[in-house]
Amino acid sequence: MSAARSWKRRLLAEIMLGALLIIGLPLLNALGILSDYYLNLFGKYLSLAILALGMDLIWGYTGILSLGQAIFFGLGAYSVGMHLMLESSGKGVYGEPIPDFMIWNRVFELPLFWKPYQHLFFAFLSSLLLPALVAAVIGFLTFRRRVGGTYFAILTQAIAYAVWLMFNRNELKLGGTNGLTDFKSIMGFSLSDPGTLRGLYLVTALCLVGSFLCCRWLVRSKMGLVLTAIRDQEQRLRFLGYPVATYKIFSFAVAGALAGLAGALYAPQVGIITPSQIGVLPSLEIVVWVATGGRGTLVGAIVGAVGINAARSVLTARYPEWWPIILGGLFVGVVIVFPEGVIGLPQQLGRWGRWMRVWLFERRGAGPGSVGGSQRGIETSKRPMLSEED
Amino acid sequence: MEKHGTIVYLEDVTVNFDGFQALRGVNFYVDHGELRALIGPNGAGKTTLLDTICGKVKPERGRIVFGAMTDLTRLEEHEIAALGVGRKFQTPAVFKNLTLLENLMLSLPHRRNIFSTLFGSLTPQQTDRIASTLEILGLLEKAHQKAGSLSHGEMQWLEIGMVMIQDPQLFLLDEPVAGMTGGEREKTGELLKRMAQDHAVLVVEHDMEFVRQTAQKVTVLHEGMVLCEGSVERVQGDPRVIEVYLGRGHPVDAHDSRP
Amino acid sequence: MVRRIYVLLLCWLAIGASFAGRAAADSLEDSARALAIPETQRETLAHIRDLGDPAWKDALQALKEGALYSWKGQLLILDESGTFKDLGGNPLLDASGQPLMPEADLEQVPLEEANISLVQRALDVIALFDPNPKTRQAAIMKLANLADASVMGLLVRALERERNPVVQPMLVEAVARLRLSDPDPLLRAQAVKFFSETRSEAALVPLKALLEREEEAALKRAITQVIGEIERYLLFRNAVGYVFNGLSLASILLIMSLGLAITFGLMGIINMAHGEMLMLGSYTAYVIQEFFSSHLPAQQDYFFFVALPLSLLVVGGVGLVLERGLLRFLYARPLESLLVTWGIGMLLQQGVRLYFGDQTSVNAPTWFRGGWEIMAGLIFPYSRLFIIALSLLCLGVVYLLLYRSDTGLKIRAVMQNRDIAGCMGVSTPRIDAFTFALGTALAGLAGCALSLVGTVDPEVGKTYIVDSFMVVVLGGVGKVLGTILASLGIGVANKLLEPSISGTAAAVYAKVGILLLVIFFLQLRPTGLFPARERSTEAVGR
Repeated sequence: MSAARSWKRRLLAEIMLGALLIIGLPLLNALGILSDYYLNLFGKYLSLAILALGMDLIWGYTGILSLGQAIFFGLGAYSVGMHLMLESSGKGVYGEPIPDFMIWNRVFELPLFWKPYQHLFFAFLSSLLLPALVAAVIGFLTFRRRVGGTYFAILTQAIAYAVWLMFNRNELKLGGTNGLTDFKSIMGFSLSDPGTLRGLYLVTALCLVGSFLCCRWLVRSKMGLVLTAIRDQEQRLRFLGYPVATYKIFSFAVAGALAGLAGALYAPQVGIITPSQIGVLPSLEIVVWVATGGRGTLVGAIVGAVGINAARSVLTARYPEWWPIILGGLFVGVVIVFPEGVIGLPQQLGRWGRWMRVWLFERRGAGPGSVGGSQRGIETSKRPMLSEED
Repeated sequence: MEKHGTIVYLEDVTVNFDGFQALRGVNFYVDHGELRALIGPNGAGKTTLLDTICGKVKPERGRIVFGAMTDLTRLEEHEIAALGVGRKFQTPAVFKNLTLLENLMLSLPHRRNIFSTLFGSLTPQQTDRIASTLEILGLLEKAHQKAGSLSHGEMQWLEIGMVMIQDPQLFLLDEPVAGMTGGEREKTGELLKRMAQDHAVLVVEHDMEFVRQTAQKVTVLHEGMVLCEGSVERVQGDPRVIEVYLGRGHPVDAHDSRP
Repeated sequence: MVRRIYVLLLCWLAIGASFAGRAAADSLEDSARALAIPETQRETLAHIRDLGDPAWKDALQALKEGALYSWKGQLLILDESGTFKDLGGNPLLDASGQPLMPEADLEQVPLEEANISLVQRALDVIALFDPNPKTRQAAIMKLANLADASVMGLLVRALERERNPVVQPMLVEAVARLRLSDPDPLLRAQAVKFFSETRSEAALVPLKALLEREEEAALKRAITQVIGEIERYLLFRNAVGYVFNGLSLASILLIMSLGLAITFGLMGIINMAHGEMLMLGSYTAYVIQEFFSSHLPAQQDYFFFVALPLSLLVVGGVGLVLERGLLRFLYARPLESLLVTWGIGMLLQQGVRLYFGDQTSVNAPTWFRGGWEIMAGLIFPYSRLFIIALSLLCLGVVYLLLYRSDTGLKIRAVMQNRDIAGCMGVSTPRIDAFTFALGTALAGLAGCALSLVGTVDPEVGKTYIVDSFMVVVLGGVGKVLGTILASLGIGVANKLLEPSISGTAAAVYAKVGILLLVIFFLQLRPTGLFPARERSTEAVGR
C-alpha cells in the first residue's frame, strides 16, 4: 500500500473539505442558494463533529472508551446557554436578569452560581474549562487506580445516567426537564437574524478546522505515539517509565474541553439545550459516529458525525419510529461488518476482495501463531475480527 | 553482605498469590556490571522475582533496595522504570501498530512528562542512537515497518533493543531466547554480553547451553527460595540442584531441555 | 368502672329527657316533632345521639340530605324512589292503598347550619351498632380520630356488645384514646398504660397532645416513656420494611447480575442488551396472561405457572440465537460487544414498543395478592416474598450447576483457560452458547417475576441494567459470591438511602449516592470485592 500516495490524496481531500466548509457554504448562503435553515443545520452538525473529534482522540487513539462524553458536551452547552438565557431574560425584582422558569419555580433571586454567567467571556471560558476539569477529576479517580477499559466504560455510563437524572431535577435550578430555552440574542445580535447565524456558522467551521488541526498536530507528535502505545500495550509503556495515568487524564481532559467547545457552539445555533442531550443514549451515539466514520483517523470522526446526524434529520422526519431501529442496526453493523468505518471502506473492500480470491484459489496454511495472545479486558486494536493475518 | 556495588538487593521478600507462596523470604542481590542468570524449575518463582523488582507485583513482606537506598516496594512501575530498571518480557511486548523507529523513539531515555512529549523533538544524537541500535539488532532496513510485521525472533530483538536504548542500570530479561534458532541465540548472547559491559543484567532462562555461554554467575531458585548460587560449574555439580531437576531433564543436557 | 359509665349514661338520658320536656320513654314521633322546631333541634339531636338508636338512622339521614318533610303534623321522609315514607319506613298511602303525594302543607324540615356536625355525629354513633362489621370499623376509626369525648359513653356501650374479634380491639383502642382526654387522672393513667402495651402508631398524636396539657408529673413521665417506646418501635418497624424492600430489589438484581457476571467472566462479552432480556421475560408473562384471559379464563390464575418456565425458554432461545449469530465473533472484546449489544437492545426495545405499545401490565394471580403482616402496620407482600424465594432458588440451581455438575466444570474450565480447555476436548462453542443462553434465560425469569410487582413496558430493562452493571463492577467479574454480596449491598443500600432523603427526588439521589459510593469503593479496591490475584505467566498486555 503506497503510503505516500494515499497521504497526499488525503491531504488534498482535507484541504478541499476545509475550503468547502469555511468559504463555500457561507458563500452559497450569502448568495441565497443555500437556505438559512440548512446552513444553520450544518452549523449544528459541525459543532457535533468537534465533539466527535474529542471522542476519536480518546477512543481511536488512546483506547479509552468513554460512554459519558455527552456530559461534557452538556456542561459546555449549559454554560453558554445560561449566558444566553440571562441575556434574553427580563429583569427581576432585584434588578438582575432572571430566567422565566425560575420565576415559575418561585425563585426570585438569581442564584449565586448563575451570576458570573452574565458575562459571555466567563460563560465561554466555563464551557471549555469546566468540562475539562470534571474530566480530569473523573480521570484522576479512575485511571490512577488502573480501572480497566471495560469498568471505566461502565462507570462513565453510570455517571452519565446519574448526571442526566440530576439535570432533570428542578432543584438544580437549570430548568429541569425543559432545560434552557428561548435564546434570543448573543452579544446583542439577534439569533433569528440570518446574518448572526451565518456568523455563528463561520465561527463553528473555523473552530472545527482549528480543532482538527490541533488534534492532528497532537497525534502526529510524540504525544500521539504515546497515546497509541497506551491503546495497544499500556503496561509496556509503564515499564518504559511513562506515567500512563497522567497521559490518560490529559487526553480525557482535552476531549472534555473539545466536547465543551462543541456544546458552546451548539447552544446558540440550536436555540435550546435540554437534559435529553446529556445522558446515556447521546453518549453512545457519539461512539457510533466515530465508529461509523472510522476510528483513529480524525477525519472519520467528522464524516461520521455529520453523516449520521444528517441521516437522522432526514429519517426522523419521514420514519420517526424506525430511527431507533436504524441506529441500533448501525451499532451492530459498524462493529461486526465495518470495523474500520467509512474511511476504511476502501481497504475493507480490498481486503474482502483478497479473501475471496484466497478462499477461491488457495488453501491457507496456519499463519504465525497469534503472538500477543488473546487480550482480555482492555480494548484492542482496530483490526477486523475475522482477520488473523500480519 | 557487601552492599557496595550492589545494584539491587532483595531482603526477605515474600509474595503470596491467593494462598500460593511464590517467593518465600528471598534474599538476593545483583551487583553493578554483573550478568546473572536465574534458573530453576517451573513454578520456582523466577518470573515473580523479576515482577517484584520492576513493580508489577508487590511483595507482602520484605524490601527491595535499588541503588544505594531507594525502596522499590513503595514505587509504581513507571517510577521504577524511570529510576533505571528495564524489563523485557517473556512474550514480546512491542507496539505493533507503531514502526520500529517509533518503538525505539518511545524508549529513549528522555523526560516522560506531558510537556516534553508534546513539544520535544528528536535530536540528531537521539536519531543516531536509534540508528545504531537498529544496526546492532540487524533491523535497520526495517526501521519504517510496523512492528507487528516482524517475525517472532525479530520482535524479541526489537524489545531487547527498546530496553537497551532505555539505558537502564539494571536489565531484567525473561527468557530472551525462547523460540529462537541457534544462530539467533548466539546473536542474543552477544547482545547480552555487550549490555553487561556497563550495566547489570539479570536473565531468567531455561536453556542451560545459553546460560553457560553468557552468564557469569547463576542463581538457582526452587519453590520460592534461593537454592544455590555460584558459577555455572558449581551450580551444575551441586547435588541439591541435581535432585531438584531430576525427572525433569538433567540441567547439563546439551540440547534445549525445556521442562 | 364500666358501671360508673352506665350510671352516667342514665343521668344523661334523664337530663336529655327533661331538657326536651318529654315524658318517660321516647316516642319517635314526639322527638321528631321537636326536630322540626329550630329552637329545640339542637337538644333533640344531642339526645338522639346519646341514644344511639338505629331506628333514627333513616330520619337523620333524611334530615341531613334535606329529604325530611313535615306534613300535617307528621314527619315524612322522601326516599330515593320519589315516594314518601313515614318515620317507621312505611310508605304513605291514601285510602285506596296507592302512594300518596302530599301537595299542600308540605314543609321541609330545615337543618340548622350549626347542627350539621351534630347530625353527622349522631349518625356515626348509630353506625357503631350497625350489623355490618365493616361499617362499625369505619365508624370507630372516625369517632376515635375526632376525639369527641361526648361519645365516650356510647363507645363503652358498644364495647360491651361487640363480639367481632376484629372490631373489638379497635373499640378498646378507641376508648383508650378518648380516655386520654378524660378529666380523671386515674383513667388517663390507665389509658397511657394501655398504649405502652400495644404501642399503637395511631396513639402518637393524642399522646403528644396530652403531654403538653398534662400537669401531673408522674403521668407526664409515663407518657414520655410511652411515646419513646412507640417511636422506637416505629423506627424499628420502618427499618425492617426498608430492609425488606432492599432484599426484594436485591433479589431481582441478583438474578439479573448472575447471568451478566457469568457471560462477562466466561466470554469477555459485555451484554448491554441484558436489560432487554428482562423486558422480554416480562412481555412473555404479559402474552401468556392475555392468552389465558381470552382462551382459558377459568384458569386465569395459573397463567403464571406457565409464564415462568416459558420465559426461561423463550428468552434463553433469544440469547442462543444472538450468541450463535452475532456475539461469538466478539469474544474477549468487551468494548465492541458493549456497542453491539447496546444496538441489539435498542432494536429489541423499539421493536417491542412498535408491536405492543408503551405500557401494559400484568395482574398478579390472586394468591399473590395481599401479604404477610409480620408486624403491626408492616406487610410483606406475597409477590415480593415469592420473588425473593425465586432468586434463592435460582442461586441454588446456578451454584449446583456451576460447582456440582459436569457442565459446570467445563464452564469453569473455559472461564479460566479457554485454549487448554479446548485442547482437553471441551467443546467451547457449545459451552459458550449454553452459558450465554443460561444468562439470558435468568434475566428473562427475573423479568417474568418482576411483572408481578411492576408495569410491563419497553423501558424496564434500562431501569435495572445500570444497577446490574454496578453489581458486576463491584462484585468482580465471574465471581458468584461477589455478585451475591454486591447485589445485596446495592439493593439494600438503595432502599435504605431513599427514605432518608426527603422529597420526591429520593430515588434519583439514592441512585447518585450509590454510584458515588461505588466509585469511592473502587478507589480502595479497583478490581472489585474479590480481586483476582493471579500469577500471570503471560506477558504484558492485560
